[in-house]
Amino acid sequence: MTLTAPDASALQPSGEELADLQARFDAIIEADQRIEPRDWMPDAYRKTLIRQISQHAHSEIIGMQPEGNWISRAPSLKRKAILMAKVQDEAGHGLYLYSAAQTLGISRDEMTEQLITSRARYSSIFNYPTPTWADMGAIGWLVDGAAICNQVPLCRASYGPYGRAMVRICKEESFHQRQGFEILLELSQGTPEQHAMAQDAVDRWYWPALMMFGPPDDESPNSAQSMAWKIKRFSNDELRQRFVGMLVPQAEVLGLTLPDPNLRWNEETGQWDMSEIDWTEFHEVLAGRGPANAQRIQHRRDAHEEGAWVREAAAAYAEKQAQRDRQAA
Amino acid sequence: MNAQLNDAELAESAKAAPAAPTSARRDAASIAALHDAEAADVHGDVSVDDVHLAAELAGADASATASADVAEYAMRLGDDALILSQRLGWWISRAPELEEDMALANIALDLLGHARSLLHYAGTASARTEDDLAYWRDEHEFRCAWLFEQPNGDFAHTIARGLIAAIWMQELYTALSRSTDASLAAIAAKAVKEVAYHRDHAVQWTLRLAGGTEESRARMLVGLTDLWPYIDELFRDDELHDRLGDIAPRPSSLRAGFDEVWSAVLAEAEIAEADFVNPKIGQSSGGGRFGNHSTHLGPLLAEMQVLARRHPGATW
Repeated sequence: MTLTAPDASALQPSGEELADLQARFDAIIEADQRIEPRDWMPDAYRKTLIRQISQHAHSEIIGMQPEGNWISRAPSLKRKAILMAKVQDEAGHGLYLYSAAQTLGISRDEMTEQLITSRARYSSIFNYPTPTWADMGAIGWLVDGAAICNQVPLCRASYGPYGRAMVRICKEESFHQRQGFEILLELSQGTPEQHAMAQDAVDRWYWPALMMFGPPDDESPNSAQSMAWKIKRFSNDELRQRFVGMLVPQAEVLGLTLPDPNLRWNEETGQWDMSEIDWTEFHEVLAGRGPANAQRIQHRRDAHEEGAWVREAAAAYAEKQAQRDRQAA
Repeated sequence: MNAQLNDAELAESAKAAPAAPTSARRDAASIAALHDAEAADVHGDVSVDDVHLAAELAGADASATASADVAEYAMRLGDDALILSQRLGWWISRAPELEEDMALANIALDLLGHARSLLHYAGTASARTEDDLAYWRDEHEFRCAWLFEQPNGDFAHTIARGLIAAIWMQELYTALSRSTDASLAAIAAKAVKEVAYHRDHAVQWTLRLAGGTEESRARMLVGLTDLWPYIDELFRDDELHDRLGDIAPRPSSLRAGFDEVWSAVLAEAEIAEADFVNPKIGQSSGGGRFGNHSTHLGPLLAEMQVLARRHPGATW
C-alpha cells in the first residue's frame, strides 16, 4: 500500500502559502500537539521520520534472528513459550512501524528492498551473535532495557502514528526486559556453570548496549534538529546516564558485575563516571564489519526470495477472486 | 525489541560538518525526574516490576492426578502438539511474509500451550514434570504420530501438514471436550477454540496455493502427495482406547467428521485425490503411538533437548 503524501501532489503551494503552512506546523510542534499524516510538514521532517521509523522497523525484523536462534533449543517449555512470544512481538512491532512509515509515503516493498540490498540501516546491536542461552537474558535485560530508555520518550514523538505505535511497543518491551532479567537471575543463582554463562553474556552485551544510545551529544548534529522537532526528547548522553543508573542496582540484585571498573556515582557532577566507550568497535560494526552483518542480511534476503512464490500465489488468488466478484456483480 | 536508531546519526556525524549546538548540561537528577514524568505521563504502567508472567497452564485442576492409561493418552496428544510446535517454530523469521511469521508463531505458541497442559497432566501419574517428559525421554518413549514429525519442507508442505493436523485436532478436541475426565475435557475445551483458527489458516492457504499460480498449485499438490500417507495413523484404535471407554473418543470415530471437512476443502480447491495420491504409495504403517518413529524425530529431539541435557538438575 502506498499512500500519496499530500505535499507530493502536483499543486505546489506558493511562497506565501508555504510560509503560512510552516507557521502552522511550527505552532503545532510548539504546542506539543501532534502532526498527523494529512497535515503539511516540511520535507526534511518527513525524510527524517521515514528514515528513523523504517530503520526502527528493520531493527525489529532483524532483531528476530539473534533470539530466534534459541527457540528450538530453549531449555524448558516455559522459556520456549516466552521466547517464541517475544520474537513474535518483534514481528508485530515491525508491522506497526512499517505501517507508520507508510503513512509518510513510502511502501513496504520499498523498505524491504532497501533492507535486503543493505541500503537501509538497522540497529548495529543485532550484528552480534548469540552463542549461549544466557544471551537471551542479556538481550532482554540490556538491549531491551536500553531500547525502553530510548523509546519511552518516543511515545510523545510529534508525529502521531509513530507516537501511537511506540505506546503499544513500549508496553511489550517492558515485559521483554522483565523476562530477560528473570533468565539472568535464574542463571546467576543456578549452578556455577550457569552463573558463569550469565556473567559472560553480560560482559559481551554491556558495552554494545551502551552504544545503542548513539554518539556523545557533541558529535550528534542530527539529534539537535530531532529534538527541536520533538521527535527526540532527550539527548544521547542523558539517556545513557539514565540507563546506567537503572542497571547498577539491578546488577546487584542479579549478583552480576557490570564490566566497567571505573563505573561509580560522582556526587559532584551528579553523573555516573564511566570508562571511555570504544567507538572504534562501534564504527567497525556500523561499517558492516561486525560479526554477523552478512548473515543477518542473507537470512532476511533468503526468507524474502524463498517466499516470493507464496506472495505471488496470494496476489494471483486475490485477483482471481476479485474478478469473480466483479463478474457476479 | 530495539532501538531508536542512532547508528545512522553517528555515521553521518563522522562525515558531517559543524558540531551541533550543545545543549546546556542538565544534571542526572533533573534528567531522571523529567524522564520519570515523561514515562508516567504517557503510560505509567511501563515498569519492569509491574509485569507478572501469567499462569501458563490450562486445565481444570492443576492438582488432579491422571491414571496410568489417561497419562498415556495425554502423552500421545501432548507429544503431537509439542513436536508440531517445535517444527513450526523454525519458520519464525523465515516465513514468506511478516504476517505469516506472526501467524505461524501464533499457531506454534497455541500448540505449545496445549502440549504443556497435556504433558503436565500426563506427568502427574509418574511424578514427572512437563520438562521431565519433554527433555528427558528418548526417542522411543515419545508417542507422537508420524504426521507431526515430518519436516517443514517448503511452505506448501507446512500448509498440507497443518491442514491435516488441524482438521483432525478440531474433530478430536470437539469430542474430547465431552470427556468424563474433567482435566482432559477442560484442556480440550480451550484447545478447540484455538485449533479452529489453525484450521481456518490452513484452509485459506490451501485455497490460495491451489488457486494461485501454476507453481503454487504444483507445489501444493506435491505437499499433499508427501503428507497424505500419514493420515490413517491418526484414526487407528488400539487397546488403550478400549480401556479408556468414555474418557476419550475412539480415533476411528473421528474419521467421518475428518473426511467431510477434508473433502470439502479439496473440492473448493478444485483438487481431486487422484491429482496428488501416488498410486505406488499407500498409507504409512508407522507406529508413533508405540514409540516407533520416522527418521526425522531423532534429530529434532537432539536439537530440542541439547541444552537441558547438558545441565542435569539445573533450573532455568
